[in-house]
Amino acid sequence: MTDRSYRAAPPEALRIEPLGELTAIFDRRSMQTHLVVAPMPEILSAMGGDRCSAALLAARLAATFDLDGDDDVQSIIAERLGELAAMGLVARA
Amino acid sequence: MRHCLRIAVGPVQFRIGSDWAEPIAALERLYAGYPQDAARPADATVRLFAARPWRRWLRPSVHIGGDFVVPDALPLPLSMGLLAAEMGMNLQVALGWRRHMLLHASAVAKDGRALIMSGESGSGKSTLAALLGERDWRLMGDEFTLIDPAGGEAFAFPRAVSLKNDAIAEVAARVDAARLGPLLAATPKGDIRHLIPRPEAIAAMHEPARPALLLFPRFGGEVAAEPMGEGEAFVRLTEASTNYVALGEAGFAALTRLVRETPAFGICYPDSATGIALVEQLWAEAPR
Repeated sequence: MTDRSYRAAPPEALRIEPLGELTAIFDRRSMQTHLVVAPMPEILSAMGGDRCSAALLAARLAATFDLDGDDDVQSIIAERLGELAAMGLVARA
Repeated sequence: MRHCLRIAVGPVQFRIGSDWAEPIAALERLYAGYPQDAARPADATVRLFAARPWRRWLRPSVHIGGDFVVPDALPLPLSMGLLAAEMGMNLQVALGWRRHMLLHASAVAKDGRALIMSGESGSGKSTLAALLGERDWRLMGDEFTLIDPAGGEAFAFPRAVSLKNDAIAEVAARVDAARLGPLLAATPKGDIRHLIPRPEAIAAMHEPARPALLLFPRFGGEVAAEPMGEGEAFVRLTEASTNYVALGEAGFAALTRLVRETPAFGICYPDSATGIALVEQLWAEAPR
């Protein structure tokens, strides 16, 4: 499967508020509220303003979190990126 | 319209017009103790009208109109004109109000702090609020609680409490009959009788209260209180708010603040006395 690259929404577009196990994200462009759980907020944070592929994000997240040597990390992140794209919080780059 | 009345409930100034005298007379009785400033511009308009002129007399049926309407809403018989007026008032507030975040929740206050109860119809939130309002609490409202997006305070909307079915006898046993409206039997919402809030609650209706406890009651089952996380409370309150989406980021900010600053519990109770005792206990334990 192709490792597609994405770019996160600009920081000024999102208001991100952790609420316990959930994180509420308000998108100022669409005026929509998104409720997400880990690892969505972590992925957005790790992307920063860069163009990121799942492989790059897996490396960045592994540097911060203990990912238990999970071989599927990259494919899981690719799936989550697809979901974030469907919500409009990241876009294909 | 032929018959007209202006009433202020909390921050909302209503103008209610009717083709018939009866609903206005019933409202005048229920809301006699509320501010009635004829010069103040209306925030919300409710119209109770006959679809055809002859339907004012011939099988009179009351259509509900106003600034906002629900298409295809069925009219009510004139005997339920008071219910039509109440539904109209609720509808205008639910669809039109923008100055506060509107929660479909009852609320009572004590010492400037508010207890907010949100739940589905039948959860008992109205009955609990009515019963607490007959104790040493100030009834803020049985249907809507208004949250100021800027400061986070709760504001009251103490309309006449809509008692339903079993709650009617329960409350009627505790209050002066003069504070009860007529029995509206077998309405689409069951039997309904209105309770006029205590004069102190009406006099204090403009006073804000700081949210101190959020409860999500459910009537039935064993007595239980389960702490609720911020995320779940947020989700439930977005569902309970009629104008969350319309308020945009102001609503988002108000709601995140409310769930962060206010402890929340889901509660179950088998009867009102147990429910009241549980509420009082949780209130006593709530941080100050």
